[in-house]
Amino acid sequence: MRVLVAMSGGVDSSVAAALICEEGHDVIGVTLKLWQGPQGEMPTAGCCTLSDSEDARRVAAQLDIPYYVLDYTDHFRHGVVERFVSDYRHGRTPNPCVECNRTVKFNQLLEQSQAFGCDLLVTGHYARVRSGRTPELWRGLDRQKDQSYVLSMLGPDTLSRVRFPVGEMTKTETRGIAERLGLRTAHKAESQEICFVGVGNYRDFLRRHDPDSVAPGPIIDGKNPIGRHQGVAGFTIGQRHGLGIAVGEPRYVVEIRSRDRAVVLGDRARLQVDRLVLDEVTWTGLPLTKGAPVEVQYRSHGQAVPSKWNPGVVAFERPQFGIATGQTAALYQGDRVLGSGVIAATERAA
Amino acid sequence: MLYLDHAATTPLRPEAAAAMAPWLGPQFGNTSGSHAISRRAKNALEEARERVATVLGAKPAEIVFTGGGTEADNLALMGRAAVSGQVVTTAIEHEAVLATSSFLARLGREVAIVSVTSEGVVDPDAVLAATTGDTAVVSVMAVNNETGARQPINEIATALAEQGIPFHTDAVQAFGSQAVSASQADLISLAAHKFGGPQGVGILYVREGTRLDPLLNGGGQEMGRRSGTHNVAGIVGMTAAMEAATSDRARFVAATSEARQRFEAKLSDRVERTIPVDSAVPHISHLRFEVPADTMLVRIDRLGLAASAGSACQSGATTISHVLEAMGVSPETARRSLRFSFGWTSTPEDGEQAAELVLAALEEGR
Repeated sequence: MRVLVAMSGGVDSSVAAALICEEGHDVIGVTLKLWQGPQGEMPTAGCCTLSDSEDARRVAAQLDIPYYVLDYTDHFRHGVVERFVSDYRHGRTPNPCVECNRTVKFNQLLEQSQAFGCDLLVTGHYARVRSGRTPELWRGLDRQKDQSYVLSMLGPDTLSRVRFPVGEMTKTETRGIAERLGLRTAHKAESQEICFVGVGNYRDFLRRHDPDSVAPGPIIDGKNPIGRHQGVAGFTIGQRHGLGIAVGEPRYVVEIRSRDRAVVLGDRARLQVDRLVLDEVTWTGLPLTKGAPVEVQYRSHGQAVPSKWNPGVVAFERPQFGIATGQTAALYQGDRVLGSGVIAATERAA
Repeated sequence: MLYLDHAATTPLRPEAAAAMAPWLGPQFGNTSGSHAISRRAKNALEEARERVATVLGAKPAEIVFTGGGTEADNLALMGRAAVSGQVVTTAIEHEAVLATSSFLARLGREVAIVSVTSEGVVDPDAVLAATTGDTAVVSVMAVNNETGARQPINEIATALAEQGIPFHTDAVQAFGSQAVSASQADLISLAAHKFGGPQGVGILYVREGTRLDPLLNGGGQEMGRRSGTHNVAGIVGMTAAMEAATSDRARFVAATSEARQRFEAKLSDRVERTIPVDSAVPHISHLRFEVPADTMLVRIDRLGLAASAGSACQSGATTISHVLEAMGVSPETARRSLRFSFGWTSTPEDGEQAAELVLAALEEGR
């Protein structure tokens, strides 16, 4: 089989590449160049820095596989960065890793892998694909590292053409393999930051790319303006710290309005959410039927909570607090991923 | 591996390897010294300078050895602009010229970038029109390194000479297939590795009387125009390659033309040339495919054929070529363009064999 491995230069995708090579396939390694600044500068944080692509290149050389860097900056800008900017401007909290997987890695790259004559696309994600008549997506074996949330939007066609070799092991085992094989990435630190944001934080990034999202607006508590903020992009629903105010009762961000750029504060009760309205719903296999039980995970590092499915809407069994629109809701049954949607609205029972 | 990326770099000619061998072994020595070891190095250097001057029809004192074509371009532009005035260049120059021009613009120099025709050719009148009474240098390449388009440098040189405006030409991609001579410009850049010399060494021809400030300052080598200990091995290798390429030129042109014609003939149903054959050098075939260039490059690499997209960034990713952009080619078409370049080791059969591999690569996606 001919296999394309997406190599970020980290230990996980290095080991994924090594394992797939050990199986004796005809392997091609690629690194995607996803982002560059206005002066052509490469990211300095995250998974796609220049030194990372150099690590990927060296690992590929060690594995003796051909290796290429592909320019995906246009795809990434259109599919991920523009949405990231627009989401923040509209008071949503985007999940760029999900969008990158959806529009770039498991769409355009998958398509190009077929143009290279590859049967399979391999990445270093911590998730498991169980192949069968219909492939299934499961949480990674290592629950601490599980990345099934950011892959929950993959459909059956895609799942039948991808594999995640390190999803079947713990991070410790992954590093052990890297050490055993003498891969230069064996002891590399984790990358957690948003890859394209780079130096500074995402507010600085937005200030450069969408000055409107960092335009000042009122902070409103109840109905009363109590201060000004430096842009809605600084806030997310449920946020308690960094509001720049000190009042007796604990106050939370309960609403971010794009219309008048108001950040609305309230008490914890106002954060209560009983239902999520979902957009862009996708299924890994068959869709759920109305009224079916399902567990919903609504942030990348969180628990899945028991809920009930109604087409386009999930109803929690117990109220949840502080859920941001724009985030992905991943639908599970135990460790198996059933599907996903983007949170369009949060609702509270009357 | 069938190598059709000679415009990127070409194998070392045996004459160059032979000339270099002693300088990579028993012979050594800093050219600036008073003892016998130094004298030998100095003699080799000055002999090389005379031989290079002979090939170019120049005086030995007009030859400045550099660390390659990029350095020669930098020296020509910055060395002139340091004196005074405006810089005129074109939108299809090599990055060595364009990025240096941007650098000079950031330093406050006036820079004019002249556009080109849809066939990638500079209009001499447009170049002339962009000059002012205060032009420090006009820089127009002799042959475009991506499309292979020959540029009307003789016409430009004549027009500029009448006005006393210094003219620089980047002849890096021209030498080997075209006659390059000192009569063509006041400043001429050459790079050894494009004609069978080693990488990392080049020449800037500087016509006598052309004032030029140094870029690399230091020990005052090259009559103060380029400081730094001489790369004697590189310089003697380049000299041997230059002479070999000059005496090989007629054969080179005939062999690469034949190879390219056979290559293009077999592909004629599936590709389009970017520019007309008669406006290009014989060894470069710049073609448009129905498949994205990065996909084609991976496929042909797997099949054992080396070529390149117009330009690649440091990481090796294929990027949109500024040359095609300047010609008004759409980004979508630019992304489907590849350059195949033949060289002194190419045989006419290589053209046919390469075409077979390209056809096989095109079939892969079907």
